[in-house]
Amino acid sequence: MKLLKKLLSVLLVLVMLFSLAACGENGSASNSSASPSPSSSANSSSSSNSSSTGSSDKKITLGFAQVGSESEWRTANTEDIKRAAEAAGITLQFSDAQQKQENQIKAIRSFIASEVDVISFCPIVATGWDTVLQEAKDAGIPVILVDRGVSADPSLYVTHICADALAEGANAFNWIHGYIKEKGKTPRSGDVFNIAILEGTVGSSVAADRLKGFKDAIAAVEDADKYNILFSQTGEYTRAKGKEVMESFLKSGADKIDILFAANDDMALGAIQAIEAAGLKPGEDIIIVSIDAAKGAFNAMIEGKMNCAVEHTPNFGDLLMETAKKIVAGEEVPSKIMVEEGIFPADIAAQELPNRTY
Amino acid sequence: MTTLKKITSHHLFLPIFALFLLLLFNAFFTPGFFMIKFQNGQLYGRVIDILNRSSILIVLSLGMTLVIGTGGIDISQGSVIAISGAICCYLIGGSGSGEANVPMFIACIAAIAACAILGAWNGFLVSKLKIQPMVATLILLTAGRGIAMLITKGQNITVYYKPFTYIGNTIPGNILPTTIFIATAMIILLVITLKKTSIGMFVQSVGINSTASHYTGIKVNKIIFMVYVFSGICAGIAGLMESSMIAAADPNNAGLNMELDAILSVALGGTLLSGGKFYLGGSVIGAITIQTMTTTLYAVGVSSEQLPVYKAIVVIFICLLQSESFKALFSRIPENLKKSKLTEDKKVVMKV
Repeated sequence: MKLLKKLLSVLLVLVMLFSLAACGENGSASNSSASPSPSSSANSSSSSNSSSTGSSDKKITLGFAQVGSESEWRTANTEDIKRAAEAAGITLQFSDAQQKQENQIKAIRSFIASEVDVISFCPIVATGWDTVLQEAKDAGIPVILVDRGVSADPSLYVTHICADALAEGANAFNWIHGYIKEKGKTPRSGDVFNIAILEGTVGSSVAADRLKGFKDAIAAVEDADKYNILFSQTGEYTRAKGKEVMESFLKSGADKIDILFAANDDMALGAIQAIEAAGLKPGEDIIIVSIDAAKGAFNAMIEGKMNCAVEHTPNFGDLLMETAKKIVAGEEVPSKIMVEEGIFPADIAAQELPNRTY
Repeated sequence: MTTLKKITSHHLFLPIFALFLLLLFNAFFTPGFFMIKFQNGQLYGRVIDILNRSSILIVLSLGMTLVIGTGGIDISQGSVIAISGAICCYLIGGSGSGEANVPMFIACIAAIAACAILGAWNGFLVSKLKIQPMVATLILLTAGRGIAMLITKGQNITVYYKPFTYIGNTIPGNILPTTIFIATAMIILLVITLKKTSIGMFVQSVGINSTASHYTGIKVNKIIFMVYVFSGICAGIAGLMESSMIAAADPNNAGLNMELDAILSVALGGTLLSGGKFYLGGSVIGAITIQTMTTTLYAVGVSSEQLPVYKAIVVIFICLLQSESFKALFSRIPENLKKSKLTEDKKVVMKV
């Protein structure tokens, strides 16, 4: 027993020693990386100052820390940022964090150490950024968030470029509203248009906003009482659940549903299969609109099984570069910048498909 | 009285009773629940949907029942489903022309074989290296989706080859979904194997006491290894059905948390998670009950935020129904009532 205690205490001491050493190492590492910087930073900061006050012919360097490459959407996003940087004549320091926050923090620290002009990143999680953002602020480097937000103090970053999920939901409904008017469609039964909604994952802010945007848009039109949300259930953003839930909707009211709004493409694609199995024609009997506008949705629209896809674009590279230039030139930028997104009805799907990057 | 007792004490009584209660609820509160009509030459209705979707869970729970029978557990099934779908869809290919790169039959066999190998890996870890089943299968649970992602290069593969959709839907000319036939065939094959050979008894004896089984001459390691391989094969078949149903491989979401549903259906069927005596029939009914529950909640139109809560309530209720101590509590109630009645009578007498 005593021996065990002794061993344990020795172990504890060792652990403490190691952690101390690790701390020291960290400190020294940051010191060593920082130590050559005072002289050079003094130089470069004065030069960057002079360049920003004088002419803007000095090439801007942007440090971008990407989440990883977990989906087609993200890959398209990375490609677009690289392309836009080249087109705008901005030197890009790109880092792939492979889904890990610590990698992203490391990347941001290395951007600070190498004194880039602007830092931009897409935060993997919302929390835990205060320290590193403060470091960037202390170093006088502006930070631009893209896509996802953080819970840190807004004074720690300059602006946030993101898609407007509320607007995406609203776009979806407004297109339906216009389409019904244009084609002079009438409800399949009764005198109101019955809507079925496939919601995103419960608890996701984007899913909630897309739904809210859609509902608010209904309330905003003058003949809001013409529309009735008959069913609304989560399809968990997956094709399998989208199909299962749609099957259930159809069992309850196949002859009533006029409109299907899916919070992402995958659920719409699953629902289309369910609608076909129920003996109805997707896109004709039921108007189908979804958000994302990935290639799968375009293929469905070309086959005439879907009516419209509202874009959730990864292509905000140009906007990011433009914003970075503005910030370096000392211009004021709003604290939140919304990406402009397109709406793609089925009749232009075939000609748009080659341009899709995701 | 004795026949009634015989019925109520049968091991399948409570699982069937729970399912019956759910169906009874639907008979009153869900209009058209039992309605089945003929559409496009096939049967169409909620009951068919339930059978169609629960088939996947049934196949999974068959494998899980045997594993649990030996006192083990396999939490890697969901990930193996994703791998199976990924391999099959990758081999068939997502070409828009609707042609298969590799004949579908070979692709399916390859997927199932790969899953059998994954099952063998689990079995090897548990039987040879004596790693605890939960930990051993946890490895594939974590790594499995990564493997599936590697195969599909992180993207969903949509298959346009028509015959592939027949596995999870209906073969033209049939009136019932193929999944039901597959599940039925699996059940019959397994029951015959267990009845005609002594494997079923061996599995039980390993679950009850593996040391004693070892001394009676049963090859314990071999039995344990075998049930994990079988569980892998079941997950592989379930993966084919799942991906065929949506005509796509979805490595992120296919079979997600399905191993938990399989464990639940085994538990609802009356098999103890500690191993030993196992009830295949119970697991099958448990699987159907779980799917009925999901379909019921969709049919009633419970809002998406509250869905998990209602699911939990139903599960708690069914588990209570099966709990021995809870039953004992209830069987005492009539006696208590009698007692209180007696005392009341006494009081009345006293007053008079």
